Amino acid sequence: MAETSIPLSTKEHDKGRWQRFRESDFFYAFKRSPVAIVSFAVVALLVLAAVFAPLIAPTNPFDPASLNLMNGFTPPMEPNAFTQESFLMGTDDQGRDVFSTILYGMRISLFVGISAVLFAMVLGIVLGLVSGYFGGWTETIIMRIADVQLTFPSILVAMLIFGVAKGFTPVEYRDQMAIWVLILAIGLSDWVQFARVVRGATLVEKSKDYVAAARLIGRSPWAIMIRHILPNAMSPVLVIATISLALAIIAEATLSFLGVGAPPTQPSLGTLIRIGQGFLFSGEWWILFFPACTLLGLALSVNLLGDWLRDALNPRLR
Amino acid sequence: MNAYVSVKALTRIFDVSKPWLNRIIERRQKAFLTAVSEVDFQIEERTTYALVGESGSGKSTIGRMLVGLLRPSDGEVEVEGVNLATETNADKVAEVRSNIQMIFQDPYASLNPRWRVRDIIAEPVAARGGETEGLAERLLQQVGLHASDAGKYPHEFSGGQRQRICIARALASEPKLIVCDEPTSALDVSVQAQVLNLMSDLKDDLGLTYLLITHDLTVVRHMADRIGVLYLGRLVEEADPKVLFETPKHPYTQMLLDAAPRTDGFGREVEPSQGEIPDPINPPSGCAFHPRCPIATDLCRCDRPVQRKIGDTVVACHHAT
Amino acid sequence: MTTPVLSIRNLSVEIPTRGGVVKPVDGVSYDIAKGEILGVVGESGAGKSMAGNAVIGLLNPPAHISAGEIWLNGTRIDPLQGEAMRRLRGKEIGMIFQDPLTSLNPLLTIGDQLAETILTHLPVSRSEAEKRAVAALEEVGIPGAAERIDSYPHEFSGGMRQRVVIALALCAEPSLVIADEPTTALDVSVQAQIIALLKRLCRERGTAVMLITHDMGVIAETADRVAVMYAGRLAELGDVRDVLTAPQHPYTHGLMASTPLASLGQRRLHQIPGSMPRLTQMPDGCAFHPRCPQAQDKCRQAPSPDLADGRASCWFPMMAEAAE
Ligand SMILES: Nc1ncnc2c1ncn2[C@@H]1O[C@H](COP(=O)(O)OP(=O)(O)OP(=O)(O)O)[C@@H](O)[C@H]1O
Ligand SMILES: Nc1ncnc2c1ncn2[C@@H]1O[C@H](COP(=O)(O)OP(=O)(O)OP(=O)(O)O)[C@@H](O)[C@H]1O
Ligand code: SF4
Ligand SMILES: [Mg+2]
Ligand SMILES: [Mg+2]
Repeated sequence: MAETSIPLSTKEHDKGRWQRFRESDFFYAFKRSPVAIVSFAVVALLVLAAVFAPLIAPTNPFDPASLNLMNGFTPPMEPNAFTQESFLMGTDDQGRDVFSTILYGMRISLFVGISAVLFAMVLGIVLGLVSGYFGGWTETIIMRIADVQLTFPSILVAMLIFGVAKGFTPVEYRDQMAIWVLILAIGLSDWVQFARVVRGATLVEKSKDYVAAARLIGRSPWAIMIRHILPNAMSPVLVIATISLALAIIAEATLSFLGVGAPPTQPSLGTLIRIGQGFLFSGEWWILFFPACTLLGLALSVNLLGDWLRDALNPRLR
Repeated sequence: MNAYVSVKALTRIFDVSKPWLNRIIERRQKAFLTAVSEVDFQIEERTTYALVGESGSGKSTIGRMLVGLLRPSDGEVEVEGVNLATETNADKVAEVRSNIQMIFQDPYASLNPRWRVRDIIAEPVAARGGETEGLAERLLQQVGLHASDAGKYPHEFSGGQRQRICIARALASEPKLIVCDEPTSALDVSVQAQVLNLMSDLKDDLGLTYLLITHDLTVVRHMADRIGVLYLGRLVEEADPKVLFETPKHPYTQMLLDAAPRTDGFGREVEPSQGEIPDPINPPSGCAFHPRCPIATDLCRCDRPVQRKIGDTVVACHHAT
Repeated sequence: MTTPVLSIRNLSVEIPTRGGVVKPVDGVSYDIAKGEILGVVGESGAGKSMAGNAVIGLLNPPAHISAGEIWLNGTRIDPLQGEAMRRLRGKEIGMIFQDPLTSLNPLLTIGDQLAETILTHLPVSRSEAEKRAVAALEEVGIPGAAERIDSYPHEFSGGMRQRVVIALALCAEPSLVIADEPTTALDVSVQAQIIALLKRLCRERGTAVMLITHDMGVIAETADRVAVMYAGRLAELGDVRDVLTAPQHPYTHGLMASTPLASLGQRRLHQIPGSMPRLTQMPDGCAFHPRCPQAQDKCRQAPSPDLADGRASCWFPMMAEAAE
């Protein structure tokens, strides 16, 4: 029977992963979209800056030893009247270098944002898979909870969860736990869209015969969900994760701005903005301006990247 | 020869009611759809049994019950003498189940697009913790593809090649019975010929038993050793191919044979039978075929015909001769 | 000689893609006379639909006609754009697709859709149009047409819907009907009804029909002439009986031989090795040569000859004795 087969080109599968990626439609679309390239570059730059903050930052703003109160309120790029030191983005009331606080603040913002989205993603995926695959009462309960939660703005939900969780943590641990409570609150307020998308994809994939084939072989429901269905449901999840990341960063900033988020000992971009806000009208604009710009640039470029990703992964729009 | 598969009074009823809230608001009863109704047949070892019928006649439902993807509502499925519904010895059931495999209609939906062909083919063995080294390569060659195809993804193959991959996967666990649900309906004639030939060769080489589900009568005539004709979930006629095609007994079989287009039927003018398949939720009383049957009488409208033997043919019709 | 209803000359369709320009339709020429049914057969992806869509100006960009001419009743229509093309569809060309739901508007009643189409294309009054709508439904064999006129498409079964689509395609009395796999989604018994209906109506009105299908049986029973397409090119064109019983192109021969009916009583079916090449990997010379049992050097080098010289586009057509 060998005569019946004409060998296909053998080129394709000899290539490495990287090469296949470089020749993929995805990479091709990326190369041709200036928006995608620019926003990717901005995100990459900011993330790298945050990760390597200890190496880049001129000072460690949270090391009391390195602080000099005399340096307080130095305007950007001007030597300080007393110490003659000059700072790229000026200093705040306590003489902390704003550039350094931004780098460290971004670490907190990104850490909280990414962790919250990962948490929401895992929760949403599991609940979405389970309700889509098993259906019945499980599905009804999960999806009704989701519906109810959707009727409240997620920032309210996050505040509620944050408040409740804070009530349960002992006072002496509150500052330490604040970051984790923040992640929990933002994550819990955000799982619904993941669950919905994954459930929808699961319903579609479940009816396909490759799932029937796997069931026939005797694969367990979990193996089918994780190994068969999930990989095919991942594209929309990635898009939502990216867009959610932008929202989560903003949600964190909002909470921190309202004073219910990251504590001043571990300030995030939102905390910095809150602190800076107090000096806006007294002329020290830079304390607010630079953190706000950074937050805007970060959220905007992550969001643009998510938008592009949605178009690129949706073959029908291309 | 003994029956490898024996199906007795097999019935499957689907609950097609609306959700309970809609039912209360719209004052509706629960609705049930009888997809398969009291079907009996046997498949001899190393033969091909074909189920034919039009869309919605319950072919796939029977196939899925046989392989265990669906539970029968009533009746029994016996494979290798083991009743799969009532047998309590789990090992025995697992043993029999591992001897049954299935090939699906849509070669695009039946392979996971994210998996490499190697993993797809080896999955039935890997799932049981078996040795999979070189297995996919060997099977690929057996179904007429190249061992080097193992590293590719499904989208790199044409429909016919994908169907070969499906066959390779079905063969991986060394089954005895393969249920083929419209294996060539999505394929072009020339590709269909390749796949049917492959199936015949494998049957001879490996001693396989097939349950072939299709609506294409020409395929049935070529492949089957025994044919069952389904209409609205009921087995209306069962016969050997030669007998069925030369002297169809049931009016429905006759209608099907008349309606099928023939490659040598130039300018053939048949007055096609009127009507369509009725709604399976409210099937006609008596013989389900009576609204479309040219020889129906009052008896047909009241009584459901039972299966009778005429020669070697089993037929469920009051007036068949 | 009277002018044919439809005349396609050397039609090519091109699609620019990342891997280069592909040609799903490549130099196809055929005519359809008044009252004639031309069957177009070929494997999936052979370019049958693409050629049909080119005629009615329904190519999805970036696909476009890159060469050739299309004449309808002596008028060249391929340069037509926008409104002019839209008027021509529906008025002069009726269309029937595989999935009846795509050609029916789910939000309008059957009667409204029919009356609307009649009003757009024929100079009649509203009430006259409604009367004609009922008549059209009766003609396609919908029982109780006067009552069903107010039903929505989803209230009909698949076969009934396809009847409605036929009524819709024919109600403006077009001179050409393009039917793209009109029965592929239907059951055999319903298929027979639809085919018989299409045949009867077209015969009565003298409509020319382009019947696209991959079912050789349907072609044999329905078409007067048949065009066999392979990889975007016309492999063979001729009278149905001649082409199907004594094919000259090795591809047609292989296709006919691989139907189960042709190998009746034989253990194995005849098979054509391999599969149709992808558009991006078209071989040099005759597109069929890698699968052809009688390919010679010439086939590998020179593109297969034009159909104008014979029935089959093949350097070594199989003559009667070879085919028997
Ligand atoms: N899960 C289900 N829920 C409700 N009804 C079902 C279900 N599966 C099948 N049915 C119904 O049972 C009947 C038989 O379906 P089945 O798929 O077995 O038909 P078939 O003969 O395989 O048809 P086809 O040729 O279209 O594949 C149909 O009327 C179908 O609508
Ligand atoms: N946007 C596109 N880009 C590249 N190739 C395309 C595109 N659209 C269609 N094609 C190719 O054009 C060819 C012709 O397709 P067409 O739909 O005409 O085939 P067909 O003969 O009607 O097949 P079928 O029987 O499956 O309907 C196919 O090979 C298809 O892959
Ligand atoms: S039982 Fe009666 S109605 Fe049914 S097929 Fe026979 S003759 Fe026709
Ligand atoms: Mg089926
Ligand atoms: Mg097509």
